[in-house]
Formats: sequence, structure tokens, C-alpha cells
Amino acid sequence: MSTEPAAGPGAAVTVNGAARALVGAQPPVTALDWLRGLGLTGAKEGCAEGECGACAVLVARPGCDAATEWTAINACLVPAAALAGQEVVTAEGLGTPDALHPVQHEMAVRGGSQCGYCTPGFVCSMAAEFYRPGRTSFDHHALSGNLCRCTGYRPIVEAAEALGAPAAGDPLAVRTTAAPPPVPPHRVAGWVRPATLGEALALLAGPGAVAVAGSTDLGVEANLRGSRPSLLVAIDRLEELRGLSVADDVVEIGAALTLSEVERRLEGRIPLLDAVFPQFASRLIRNGATFGGNLGTGSPIGDLPPALLALDAELVLVGGDGERTVPLTEFFTGYRQSVRRPGELVARIRVPLPLAATTAFHKIAKRPFDDISSVAVAFALDVVDGVVRRVAIGLGGVAATPIRATAAEQALVGAAWTPDGIAPATAALADAGTPLDDLRASAAYRRAMLGQALPRLLAETLEGTRP
Amino acid sequence: MSVGEARPHEAAALHVTGRALYTDDLALRAPGVLHAHPVQVLRAHARITHLDPRPAYRVPGVVRVLTAADVPGANDSGTKHDEPLFPDEVMFHGQAVAWVLGETLEAARLGALAVVVDHEPLPSLVTITEAIAAGSFQGARPTLERGDVEAGFAASTRVFEGVTEIAGQEHFYLETHASLAQVDDDGQVFVQSSTQHPTETQEIVAHVLGLASHQVTVQCLRMGGGFGGKEMQPHGYAAVAALGATLTGRPVRVRLTRQQDMTMSGKRHGFHARWRVGFDDDGLLQALDATLTSDGGWSLDLSEPVLSRALCHVDNAYWIPHVRVDGRIARTHTTSQTAFRGFGGPQGMLVIEDALGRCAPLLGLAPEELRRRNFYVDGQATPYGQPVRHPERLDRAWQQVLDTGELAVRRKEIERHNAGNPHRKRGLAITPVKFGISFNFTAFNQAGALVHVYKDGSVLINHGGTEMGQGLHTKMLQVAATALGLPIERVRLAPTRTDKVPNTSATAASSGADLNGAAVKDACDQVLARLAPVRERLGGDASWEDVVRAAYFDRIQLWAAGFYRTEGLSWDATTMTGHPFKYFAYGVAASEVEVDGFTGAYAVRRVDIVHDVGDSLSPLVDLGQVEGGFLQGLGWLTLEDLRWDSSDGPGRGRLATQSASTYKLPSLSELPADLRVTLLDRATEEGVVHGSKAVGEPPLMLAFSVREALRDAVAAFGPPGVSVELASPATPEAVWWAIDRVRS
Repeated sequence: MSTEPAAGPGAAVTVNGAARALVGAQPPVTALDWLRGLGLTGAKEGCAEGECGACAVLVARPGCDAATEWTAINACLVPAAALAGQEVVTAEGLGTPDALHPVQHEMAVRGGSQCGYCTPGFVCSMAAEFYRPGRTSFDHHALSGNLCRCTGYRPIVEAAEALGAPAAGDPLAVRTTAAPPPVPPHRVAGWVRPATLGEALALLAGPGAVAVAGSTDLGVEANLRGSRPSLLVAIDRLEELRGLSVADDVVEIGAALTLSEVERRLEGRIPLLDAVFPQFASRLIRNGATFGGNLGTGSPIGDLPPALLALDAELVLVGGDGERTVPLTEFFTGYRQSVRRPGELVARIRVPLPLAATTAFHKIAKRPFDDISSVAVAFALDVVDGVVRRVAIGLGGVAATPIRATAAEQALVGAAWTPDGIAPATAALADAGTPLDDLRASAAYRRAMLGQALPRLLAETLEGTRP
Repeated sequence: MSVGEARPHEAAALHVTGRALYTDDLALRAPGVLHAHPVQVLRAHARITHLDPRPAYRVPGVVRVLTAADVPGANDSGTKHDEPLFPDEVMFHGQAVAWVLGETLEAARLGALAVVVDHEPLPSLVTITEAIAAGSFQGARPTLERGDVEAGFAASTRVFEGVTEIAGQEHFYLETHASLAQVDDDGQVFVQSSTQHPTETQEIVAHVLGLASHQVTVQCLRMGGGFGGKEMQPHGYAAVAALGATLTGRPVRVRLTRQQDMTMSGKRHGFHARWRVGFDDDGLLQALDATLTSDGGWSLDLSEPVLSRALCHVDNAYWIPHVRVDGRIARTHTTSQTAFRGFGGPQGMLVIEDALGRCAPLLGLAPEELRRRNFYVDGQATPYGQPVRHPERLDRAWQQVLDTGELAVRRKEIERHNAGNPHRKRGLAITPVKFGISFNFTAFNQAGALVHVYKDGSVLINHGGTEMGQGLHTKMLQVAATALGLPIERVRLAPTRTDKVPNTSATAASSGADLNGAAVKDACDQVLARLAPVRERLGGDASWEDVVRAAYFDRIQLWAAGFYRTEGLSWDATTMTGHPFKYFAYGVAASEVEVDGFTGAYAVRRVDIVHDVGDSLSPLVDLGQVEGGFLQGLGWLTLEDLRWDSSDGPGRGRLATQSASTYKLPSLSELPADLRVTLLDRATEEGVVHGSKAVGEPPLMLAFSVREALRDAVAAFGPPGVSVELASPATPEAVWWAIDRVRS
């Protein structure tokens, strides 16, 4: 079996309907750099880390509810090479000053642009929502990854809410009815998209090779910290990593599925994850970020690990020697360290069933949209006849790794689900981890938030059951 | 006609389709352009002992390293001559000491990493409190004084004192600093720059290159936001690009990454204020004695005028008979703080608003009652001696917010809600804004414009103001179309250039439309006056085109240079007295918030604003300025949190929040659930173009209402009558600690 996909001198990207050759598109050239180099300067670099959305463009992706979905992504994070064979639409491709797209028209006439720098990105995020299959109202979260410093957002929201359905024959709406072409294997200097998992693992066994999916973390490392891995191996389209199955005793989630895909495909089956999704970065990031990536980076402040810890998840890792299964509680070994061996990938996440009846995700951050947790607390518990029967609590932001609050869990099992009953567990939770002072929060506040978490959950559950 | 009509931004169709070009978009269209990358030294304070650029030249693609030795003119990027462009002493963490030009940005970046900079660390002052303790100050130390402050305290029955620490703010214009320089065959330097002050950019480029101003042209097509951050800060970057272009003969592009922009460019001044305030039995202010210390950073930049405006706004809307305010500028080893929407005004006003918010419960008065009682009335003057004209407009706006916002009813609802909710409390507050319009420095209050009427009757206008999103160009088109009696489509606007209108003032101090609008109107009026005899001769049926064509054949000049200067201004910076402002802009806001007692997290439920823009030139533009300013103020007061490393570790002086992931500005989630903005009616401002008022800065301070509403909600977690101290910014963590204090 060859581990060398065909080199792609003829590789092209369909941009605004026209094929454009991928010339000079090897890392660190990003999709944004490449598009701007074509003269399509509507997409801007505002932050280079996927926070401001000024670089947003639309990509045709296989959909959950339609053959194709126009998906908005941060072009500043994605290597240009990753676009090979795909279809991209930018603000320039949506409409022209003489023939504005409905989104552009509403933004223009309602005062949705002032300086205009963030506007093409907003237009693309809004257009993705405009074309979302089955949309009945405008989901504000579609704009959660776009920052505007001028307008105060009110006219932008008004523009979004004024949008009707796409007109009959709208070419981008029509496009959603046919599947996008398969993303072909492709190789340029420093970047390769293998055809199979086997090829990917063989490539990753080489020195300096790094797996990349949505590039929402690696892209930041490249742009802000000058990280230049010798070889990026794209794994985001590998079918072996993109399954999602629900059995009687377990839900299995493919590691290369994006958070947006998992959210749509789970259809609410795991309420705790549904609580996480809207608080996890932004829509733009969730359209790229994968479950495997969020676990693989080993960050202590990722938002999935605390939730998956509370769900008692285990990870299936795959390497040259085959698969092995590791409980998530044993996965993290230190700051950005895990038991994952060089060349090994997270293949699937297994969430055992049945789920606990009561779950909650408390994210402490400065901003509700698109912020990083200073503390994250995930709860999964069963309360039977007023007594806690089982409980798992996952914590983020309070130690070098995501952790389980074991002492608090032990204090809670068998305790009455009342203010007095939870008091010992509350004290234990307040004592969990080793929180630090940093720019996001003081150690004292982090500790205080740990101490507040159980009383808050109790109050929420009591409010929830109040007649 | 056009003035007063709600129109979208003149470039809206270009914005939404991605066609609008910004400085760095132009750079991509310049063949052979070189890319510049700074060599930043990561020390708060150090002496450079040796700088060796040679290793950079071994990096493929590196074309040139720019150092102090290359500067033909003055090695200085400011107007105060305290900002070396290529310093030999590093004055803040991340200061650029050299620049590398490369065929690609990657080559320039790698080249910058290769430049060897040996340095010797020096002691540093990172925080304002460290600087105060060390007595490290710079520039003027003005005192604003009226009456006899000790007599005022003697007449007071209640005297309180406190300290208010006021955070700075990062501009976070979406477009970072950018310049593109080219040199023509004759050595003429052409710089396209994202600058609010093209004339000063031109002057700095000229003095760095050792050229006269007429050898340098600066153009600003548009900016992707400015907010004051591009008033004085762009000059050095423009000079680097221009120096590179003159040395290499190739176009040179400087565009900062977000991290470079945040670590190198100046911000809103943080302030430290120590105050003592006296009231009589009725809660009427008797005396204010305060010391305001701003954190100027490593050099003066605009710190002196910012401090002046802070002192001139410490009264906000309140009559204080006896006032003494000392001002000083701390010198710290941080970025050189600069203009930011409000220009010191917000910091000055926050002092009195914080004092009133803290004192109200101690006086046994509702905060809104305490504020209302102390409003200026007709016949009173500010502490610097300027009569407060139209104070009744503030009363009217206040009453309108009370009425349309149904504050009395909602206050009762909130009390009911709070009584039944131990964990979530709501708060409500109403606050006023009075903001002086004009540059404090009288000479800046002038403007020029060019109006060209072509033979086919089409009109091209050019003025000295820059477009940064505030809609100035939209307003200028409306002013010209109205003055000439033409449909707005017949008028076009050309980019701001120093070779069209010279000696311009910064587009700043909210004055862009007042000054340039009057200049545009003046030019239009001149053309009209020359056309009048022709029109008379041709009769009333003659079209504009007929009149223009006939005038051309009559050899009548069809273009005019307009000029305007604001009359009646005076300012004595030594005594801090005079009549520095043409008028005051007024506004009132009421905000309602809900605070979570478990976390300190909060949401803004409703905001009612009545704001005075005179007779609006362009209501959609003005509405955008009010809403956008309000949310930016909300960000400053509640969310945006600049953190500098003040430890003694190796990162001392580093800006810890130097990216969008660590420095959070308002996103869509901070938009109040219910935001109602009304422009004050019957508000004609005599003597200003079409009776309008400036709008850029004043609405930022409407956000005080949110901070005071948070204070109100926090108080509801404790026993009645407790004075609540709230940190600035009032982040969820700060609110939680405030709750923690009132509970105990």
C-alpha cells in the first residue's frame, strides 16, 4: 500500500464558481492568505486565531439535513492546501454592489456596517445560517464567532432577523441539493491529505509529522507562535474517523467529526453535550474543531474533557499496532500530556449508556459567547428519592489536566440532595484541584466557583422541579 | 433634502460585498511589495548594548534591516520628541528596535528572529501604583480650581473620601495599523496609511526622512476602525514603511498582526483617582478635591490633552461650587497610552459617577435622586469657567427616559423580583452625560475642503476628515448635496489626501462633521455664489447642468476651497480656564441588569437612551454612533480587562492579554436584550452645520448606567443602605467579589 498520495500540481479549488489553481499553497500559507492573494481581499485578518471572524468564508460540506451545507469557517486557521477539491464562496461571490445578496442587502440598508472591516465575515456567517436546511428562525449563535467594534450589533441582529427563506432558484440554495465532490487526496510540501487511515498512520509514524483536522488549534500555533511542523497530515475527511453510532449500551463518536456535526447528528441524545455545544467557542470554530482535536491537544481548559469525564467516556486510540481503549480518567498525564503515543490518533469516543438523569455544564468565563473557561464544571448524577445514587463531576481549568472531582463525588454518593446534605461534598469540591492565578481569573475566584457549583446545581434542579 | 435623511453608509454596498479596500488590501495590489516585520525586545526596560542585523541577511528572502543608522532625518516618531523610532533603550515589553524587510512576510519574520539584540536589563515600573510610589511622572501637572475647596468642605455636613481605579482599554479596531509606502521617480514619497491624522503622519514621515512636507503625500482611503487609536500612533509605522521604500526603491508594507498591535500600540489611559467629596444636608455637592493620575506609559503622546479633558469632565453634569483637581501623568514601562473615544472625558466622569454611586446609600438617597438634584441649571458655569448652555436639554432627556422607560414601574417590579429570588438580583440605574465638543487646544478647531464642479455638472468633494466607519463621508455627501441642491448621486467623494487639503486636524474629538461639514458647505456656498448670476440670466427653468455649462463658457471658476474655524473658543492651559468648547452634547441612559449570585455573571436586560445630536445630519449614522459608542463603553466598564505582568519574573511588563482570545471585547452576547435609542427632539444647535451636534464620543459614557445598575443589583444581595464598591472593569469576577463583600 502506498503511503504517498498523488502529488497535486493540478489541484484546484472552486472559488465563487470558478476553478482556481492552488498555486503556492503550502503551509504556512493559510486559506485566507491564498484567497487574498487571488485578489479576493474581502476576507480580512483581524486576529489570526479564529476569534474575530473577519476571515469567515463559506465551504460546501456534506450536510446532515441536506446533501450539501454551506459551512462558515475561519479561513485564517485552515491551511490553503486543505481546500483542494472543495468549493468556497466569499463575500465577493455572494453578490455585487449592483446585485446584492439578500444578506448583503439587509446588512447594508439597516446600518449593519460602519467601518466595514468585519462585514464580509459577518455576511458569510449570516449567509451560512440563511442557507441552513430547515431554518425556521435565525440562530444568533451563527454570529457568535464574529466581532464588530463599531455597530454594537443591534442592526446586524436586525438584518439577520429580517431574512426570509432563499428565493426559488437561488443558486447556492440549489447547490445544497447535490452532494459536494469527495475531497481528493492531495500533497504539497509540508502538507498531505491521505486517502485512508492506514496511510495516515504510516505518515504519522514519520518524524515531525502532526495530525491536523479542523486546524483550530494548530492554526493558532502557526499564526501566533510560529509553529512550523515539518509535515501536516490531514485526517478530517477520513471516513474511518467520522462514524457516529448509538447502541443500547454505548454511543460512539468519530474523532474527526466536528462539534457542529456531532451536535446535529446526536439530535439531543446526550443532554450534557448539548449544554456544552453553545458554550464551546463559536459556531465558526465548532464547524472546524473536532472531538479528537479537543482531546488530543490535552489542554486543561478545553470544554469537552470535563463533560466527557462526567459522562465516564473512554477513548479508542488507534496506531500502527491497532486499537486500544483507554478510560478518559487515565488519558491525561500532565500539562498537555497524555498516554497517546507518537503516531497514535484518537479514533472514537465511547460514551456508556444509560446516562445519568441530571446533567449540567457550568462554564465560568467573562463572556457567554466564544470565551475560554476559567473554570468548567460538568455534572452527571442520579438522584433517587432525594438521595444521590451516582455522580461524576468533571473539572476544567483548575489543574494541569482536566480532572474528576473524586473526593466530592465520594462525599455526594448516598447524600441527601438538600442544602445540608451536599455540604460535605461542597467543601470537598471547593478543595479540588490546584487552581492558579492567571489573566482569566484569580485562583481565589476559581476556588470560590468550585465552592458555588454544587449549591448552584441544587438550586437549579429545585427551580426546575418547582411546580 | 439629503441632510437629515436616514441613509446607509456611503460605502455600505462595498463593505457587504467585500469590495471596500483598506490599506493592506492595497498592499497586495502593489507589485514587488516588501513586507516589514518588527524586531521586538521582550523586556520592560533595558539598554541595548549591541544590535547585529547581519544574521538576518543570511535568511533567504531578507532584503533589508532598518536600524537607527538608516534614518536620514530625525529618529523620532512623535510630536513631543520623546519617541525614538529606533530606540537604544527599550522602554516597554515588546518595543520594536529594528525592522526587517523581506520578499515575503515569512522571510521578514524569520529575519527578525535572527537579528541579535544584546541588552542590559534596567529597573522597571509597570503599574500606575508603582509609578506613583516612585514619583515617576512626565509632562504637565495641571490643576483645575474654582472657589475655595476647604471652605466648601467646611460648609458640608457629610464628607466622604475614596479611591477609584479606572482601567485602560485596547482599541481593538478590527483593522490593525497598516501603511504602504511608495517612492516615485522624483523622490516624492506617497504613503497610504490607516491614519486619523494624515497631516501629522505626513509631518512625521517628512521629519524622519529629512524631507519637507511637500515631498510627502499621505492618503487614507478608509480605516477599519480608529476610535482614537490611529490619531497619533500610525506615524511611526508609516515612517518605517516610507524609510524602507526610500532605501529599497520598492513599495513597503507595514501591517501589524493583532499581537504586535496590542503589544506595541497605545491604549486608553488607565487612571488612579483619590477623591474627597462634600455634600450638604440635602445631598447637594459642596466641594470636590481630587487627584487624578493617568498612566501615560513610556512617552507623552497625547497624555497631556487627555488629562486636560479628564479634568474638564470631572464635573460631568453636576454643579460643584468648590473644586480642586490636580492632574498628573505617570510614566510607566508600558505602551504609550493615547487617544481613545472620549479622550480622558470618560475617566474624569467616572470619578464623580463612582463617588455618587458609592455615597448615595450613605446619604440615604436613591442614586437617581442624588444625581438629579445636582444637575447644572441655567446660569451656572463649569469649574473652568464656561457657562453651561442648554442644561434644560439634559432635564428633558432625563425626564423622557424616566417616562418612556417606565422606570418607576420597573423599579417596583425589580423589588418584587429581588424579594423572591435569593440567587438572582436585578438592578436599575439612570445616568447623565454632558460632554464638551471642540478640541481643547483651540488651534485644532479648523478645517478645509475642496469642491470641484465639473463641466458635466458632476461634483467631487474632498475634505480634511478621515473615514473610520463613523459615517463622516456619508454626512459630507449629504451636506454637499443639500448645499448645492443636487441629488446625492451627483456628488462623489475622493479619498482624504494631504496634497488636496493641507494642514488638516486629526479626525478626532467628535468634531469631524462639525468642522469639515462647515468647510464643505463654505466651498459649496462659494461656488453657488459664483453661479448665481448665471442662474439668474438663464432663468428658473435652467437645469444645474445648463447653469454649470454656461458658467464654464463664461469663464467662472467652478471649484472652491472651503475653510472653517470655530469661533468663540479660548483656553488657557496654565490656569485651566476658558471657553474651550463650542457646546455640550447631552445624553441620558437607563439600564437594567440581572446578576447571578453564584458566579457574578450578569446580563443587561434593557437599556433606554435619549441622546442629543442636535438636528441630526444623518439619523441612521447617528443611531449607529450612539449604539456603537454605548456598547464600546459597556466593554470598557464591564468586560475588557488589560492585564500586565507585574511580577518580578522574566515576563515582567508583558501584556498578558495580547490577543483576541485573552482580551475579550463585547460580542453579540453583550447586546442588551432590549435596546431603545431615541434622538432628543427640538435640539437645534445654533451655529453648527445644519443645527447638528457631534456624536462620536459622548454616547460611550452612557454605559455608566450599566455599571451603576450592576452596583444596584449587587447591593440587593446585602442589607439596605450598604455602599457598594465595584472594581473597574466590573467583570463577573469583580461583581462576584463585590457581592461577597456586601453579603459579609
